[in-house]
Amino acid sequence: MLKLNKRDTLLFVIVTALVLLAPFILNPFPQGSSMAQMFNAGYPDLMQRFVIFGILVIGFNILFGLTGYLSFGHAAFLGIGSYAAVWMFKLLSMNIIPAIILSMIVAGIFSLLIGYVSLRRSGIYFSILTLAFAQMSYNLAYSVLGNPASNYNLTNGETGLQLALNDPRILDGAAAANGALPVTNLFGLAMRDSFDWNIGGWLFTFNAGYYVAGILMLLSFYISIRIFRSPFGMMLRAVKSNQQRMNYTGLNTKPYTLAAFVISGMYAGLAGGLLSSMDPLAGAERMHWTASGEIVIMAILGGVGTLIGPIVGAGFNEYFKNILSKINDGVLHQWLSFLPDGLENFIVGILHYFVGKGWHLTLGLLFMMVIVFLPGGLVEGGQKLAKLFKRKKADTPDSKNTPAE
Amino acid sequence: MGILEVKNVGKRFGGLQALGDVNLSIAENSVHAIIGPNGAGKSTLLNCLVGKLIPDTGSVTFDGQSVLGRKPFEINQMGISRVFQTPEIFGDLSVLENMLIPCFAKRDGAFHLSAFKAMLDDKEIVERALHMLEEMNMVDKQDMHAAALSRGDKRRLEIGMCLSQEPRLLLLDEPTAGMARADTNNTIDLLKQISDERDITIAIIEHDMHVVFSLAQRITVLAQGTPLVEDTPDNIKGHPKVREAYLGETQTV
Ligand SMILES: Nc1ncnc2c1ncn2[C@@H]1O[C@H](COP(=O)(O)OP(=O)(O)OP(=O)(O)O)[C@@H](O)[C@H]1O
Ligand SMILES: [Mg+2]
Repeated sequence: MLKLNKRDTLLFVIVTALVLLAPFILNPFPQGSSMAQMFNAGYPDLMQRFVIFGILVIGFNILFGLTGYLSFGHAAFLGIGSYAAVWMFKLLSMNIIPAIILSMIVAGIFSLLIGYVSLRRSGIYFSILTLAFAQMSYNLAYSVLGNPASNYNLTNGETGLQLALNDPRILDGAAAANGALPVTNLFGLAMRDSFDWNIGGWLFTFNAGYYVAGILMLLSFYISIRIFRSPFGMMLRAVKSNQQRMNYTGLNTKPYTLAAFVISGMYAGLAGGLLSSMDPLAGAERMHWTASGEIVIMAILGGVGTLIGPIVGAGFNEYFKNILSKINDGVLHQWLSFLPDGLENFIVGILHYFVGKGWHLTLGLLFMMVIVFLPGGLVEGGQKLAKLFKRKKADTPDSKNTPAE
Repeated sequence: MGILEVKNVGKRFGGLQALGDVNLSIAENSVHAIIGPNGAGKSTLLNCLVGKLIPDTGSVTFDGQSVLGRKPFEINQMGISRVFQTPEIFGDLSVLENMLIPCFAKRDGAFHLSAFKAMLDDKEIVERALHMLEEMNMVDKQDMHAAALSRGDKRRLEIGMCLSQEPRLLLLDEPTAGMARADTNNTIDLLKQISDERDITIAIIEHDMHVVFSLAQRITVLAQGTPLVEDTPDNIKGHPKVREAYLGETQTV
């Protein structure tokens, strides 16, 4: 189906189902219950982040996973895409299509330039170069090109680039006469529009922005599968495996790596454009080196070089960030109230540093554990579990249908 | 005129004159061996032919065209393939993929952006790769990780990869170094078969005299960066200068 082999088709169908059914899957607990407060994740903005960061990491994986070139500045393209989209909302139209297209084009041009220079080196020097470029972009956005007093205020510095009532918006005409800012939309369908479905005690929210981003993520995912299985994808893996042999086999590695760099830069641009499409506000912090680092972490968490890894990594990271930052001392006391008071206070005192504002610490520890015990990321963990499960099943003598493989 | 002409090539590494004044002509469709003691400059010479090193002086022409100043991939596309001392293959890829890559490189050139074509749908290329694996007796190993192959198989694969490009000149740097006797003999047979069946010129660097005398039609002896003699195997065997410089101490023929 879709020119994919059987396994890839199955994978794609599963991911499609997960994306389409996410509002159900992510809201397993009835509305208002304490479990729901903590563990439900089916809110529009969070779901949007799942799929948008999914796109970002899928693209990053095409570069890092296939060629092994570790870009430590990918957030630059995310930020550039965000700014480009907001400009499109200001100048042309609140329709997200032109915004997203410009995001990808601008990010593509930047990644062509940055990639061309950075790819002159490999290994750690390549990473440092990309980091340097990203920090330069960050500083340009934060101060040089963001001075509200200058004529070249492209980014609006610290405040961030946002919509204003007097923006030209050439195509939209004289809308928003009521004095409210217009909203981003897809041919009239507002991104923030949601359809709430109350059933039993449950509440499921179907958000337009989420589904637009989700469908674009599925498209991105499909393209990445095709790239993985193409001769081009094989060449990229060959670059990672043995550049020397590439060169002595008559292959010019530079355009291959540059193409991968630009493709992954454009994925990041798309992600940035989508972030702005969901919330038309672009700030320089999106380009900060910590944001670049988070992309690397998500990719490694999920499983570098695997198809599904980036989605798993992005989802895992966003989900736990969300939960952990919601847990505060009050919640901890509530959970541990069955313990004697002294012990309860003691444990809460320790856990305090790992939750709420301290969520970085817990995610850091999780990341460390994954690197140490599952160098192949969570995907490897899943594979190991599946194997274990299969073996157990096969070992049971009276199991009726042992999987034949 | 040979297919490969090396004229007055010299190469210095700091204070060390690795190559003095090398003149060498390799005749088309011959097997030409280059021998010499350790540090004689054999690998340096080879590196000058494939673009890994640029000689300080002299010229290298392949089929009438200069190779100097060209990048390794360009020189390969001219028709020169190289087998390394330790097999250089794509260890993370499957054996079949290893063979597909040179086939693509041969047909599509140094860069070709086919990002949406399914690789295995390219019947022409897959057939070519499988055919080559068959010749190398490795079809049954096509799905293996190349890194998991035995050393002898890695060498076979690397030679097969080079051959699938149909090069006019095949360069081998100590292809049997570190191999067991059986693997060495297999490699000799393979190379013999290759040179008999194809229009191909082979230049081989080798320490193992058994390999050299089984294969070569001409032998150049290199010592301290300069060719000492060049002759047929029979004459080389008895040559006093050669025995003194090389064979006498290290090998018994
Ligand atoms: N990149 C380099 N930089 C400095 N010196 C080098 C370099 N490559 C080779 N040499 C030196 O040049 C000389 C010739 O080396 P080369 O590797 O060509 O010898 P060889 O004939 O291949 O020897 P072997 O039989 O041991 O492989 C040696 O003394 C070596 O140390
Ligand atoms: Mg050598």
